[in-house]
Amino acid sequence: MTTLQIVFLIIAAITLVSACLVVMTRKIMHAALWLVLSLMGVAMVYATLQSGFYAVVQVLVYIGAISTLIIFAVMMTRNVMEDVGPQSNRGWGLALVGSLILFAGTSAILLTWDKAQTVLQEIPAVNGENIQMLGLALVDPMGFLIPFEVASVLLLAALVAAIFLTADIKRSRS
Amino acid sequence: MIPLSWYLIFSAALFCIGLYGVLSRKNSVAILMGVELMLNSCTINLLAFWHYYAQVRQAPQMSPLVFAAIIFAVAAAETAVGLALIISAYRKRQNIIASDLDELKG
Amino acid sequence: MTFWSDPDGFLANWLIHLLAGIGIPAGVAQAIGFALGAAILATGSLLFVLFLIWLERKMIGRVQDRLGPNRLGPWGIFQSVADMLKIFTKEYITPSGADKVPYNLSPILTVAAVLMVWAVVPLAITVYGVNLNVGLLYIIAVGSLGEMGILMAGWGSNNKYALLGAFRAAAQLISYEVPMVLSLLIPVMLSGSLSMTQIVVKQDIWYVLYTPLAALIFLITSIAEVGRAPFDLTEAESELVAGFNIEYSGLKFGMFFVADFLHSFTISLLVAVIFLGGWRGPGAETYPLLGFVYLVIKTSLVNSFIIIERASLPRFRIDQMMDFTWKVLTPVILILVVVTALLEKTLVMAGALAWVRTGIMFVVNIAILLIADTVVRRHLARRPRPDVRGKERPVARPENFFSQPGSGA
Repeated sequence: MTTLQIVFLIIAAITLVSACLVVMTRKIMHAALWLVLSLMGVAMVYATLQSGFYAVVQVLVYIGAISTLIIFAVMMTRNVMEDVGPQSNRGWGLALVGSLILFAGTSAILLTWDKAQTVLQEIPAVNGENIQMLGLALVDPMGFLIPFEVASVLLLAALVAAIFLTADIKRSRS
Repeated sequence: MIPLSWYLIFSAALFCIGLYGVLSRKNSVAILMGVELMLNSCTINLLAFWHYYAQVRQAPQMSPLVFAAIIFAVAAAETAVGLALIISAYRKRQNIIASDLDELKG
Repeated sequence: MTFWSDPDGFLANWLIHLLAGIGIPAGVAQAIGFALGAAILATGSLLFVLFLIWLERKMIGRVQDRLGPNRLGPWGIFQSVADMLKIFTKEYITPSGADKVPYNLSPILTVAAVLMVWAVVPLAITVYGVNLNVGLLYIIAVGSLGEMGILMAGWGSNNKYALLGAFRAAAQLISYEVPMVLSLLIPVMLSGSLSMTQIVVKQDIWYVLYTPLAALIFLITSIAEVGRAPFDLTEAESELVAGFNIEYSGLKFGMFFVADFLHSFTISLLVAVIFLGGWRGPGAETYPLLGFVYLVIKTSLVNSFIIIERASLPRFRIDQMMDFTWKVLTPVILILVVVTALLEKTLVMAGALAWVRTGIMFVVNIAILLIADTVVRRHLARRPRPDVRGKERPVARPENFFSQPGSGA
């Protein structure tokens, strides 16, 4: 057990426990706050993978934007502070069994696959996360220009759709 | 250092937790939270394999990073539209329980 | 290596040797050194807030033709110390129905989010917490943690006004983040790096001369991020009582208060580092402490500007605030980003000297600013001004009351 392994296990435990609480807590607001902790844990996992850029982007996008939006939505769609009654539907037992089977199956396959046992070493900075190369790859016509443009069109479409869906056009006209 | 399988199993666990959330939750916002967890587990997988290939091939690998960036963009778009739908449904019916939203009439 | 040429490395070496003398291995000693550095930076900046509060009260007092604090110590300089001691003795009140964990966590998160920015800011040529290669992104990301603290405070307090304040704060922070990030894109393009230390090193000519408009927009948006006047809608007393921190008392309120002042100083620091050349100045390379002095002077200038601006501008209305970011700042900075990218590349290819480039960019920036100003003014002049008066209210007229027959006056 090296120090990094212990750190990883602690982070993973925190992330998984808070993820469990996200899907099980009765109060939906608490679920949203646990989601923030879970996403933070994922950002730290990225950092252990020597991917500092994505760790920061994770905090920026998921915690700064997405979680804030989710908390906003939780606050706006509540009439009362407390959530009463069961928060899961009738098929939750089936869902639990299905998820557990899926997890068991995936883990079994992963544990038998010998390449998964490769120990990840520290990669030199040249081969590591090079933001400049990533940027060039994104705008290179031989690289990923088209996926990049499609992603930006998707974002624009989402922007327009979100405004159209939530704007109260009738009321603002009158 | 950490074996690749740890990351993969961690991400599988996160995915299954998210899947359970999506399948079992009543509240639409909570379903969306489950989707976020699942998307995150995918990104962990991508970055773990990015590290693995950069180490094995001894050369910079860009494709996994680009994929991860696109997943971020998709997650942002999905959340924005999903929450807009939920809020507009709440305005019409004062209710965001997914199983109660069963009419096609707007 | 002497103290004058590399104070940070000198002190670190000295500490490691000292600890090695009592038998502590170098790795552990280094960890202790990092922890000590972080503690000194955090404590120092938190104590510095005491001075900042005094300075702000004094300056605002002068603007409003008062003396400001003047009782305790010379020029009232110990007033904040006394206030701090008083706040320690206050009672913690937790409102009934409060969500305990978010309620208690949010002051800590808010202060921590501000302090975490200091980790990547280069204070002098060799003195910085950590040279992160994604430093600017880190600063923006950490800012969003503070947002989370505000939301948690608003939710946890179980109070309508707190919740409304948190709503406003979150809407404001998200909206103003867009032009802020875009305005940071320009220094990143010019320096070709996201690292704070690199941005300072590349600033042979201050970026405020290069892109004055980007610097202005960054200053405006970061004032909005801090939530200071004229953007202090989150704590608009006339509408929301006190905003998201209404239910907090004692030291918990004090932490919000400290975070507010420290945040305003931190954005001055960021403006100084990103646009005003950071520690750069004559002789700063050989004597880092001189660079630190330059940085403090620049930061103080920006901070004084923010204080005076707070004292002189009235508060925005919420629709004006939203209009300002989405309809003015965002389009302007988008145009500026595109123009800067094209022009800078063309000029570099044409082989223009740095000073020539700076001159052209300066003129173009000012032109964009003037055009935007004209367009906005014309638009405002054309739009009919809505009548926002309420209905007639009965007004107490003391002169009538006292002049009534038989009232005795």
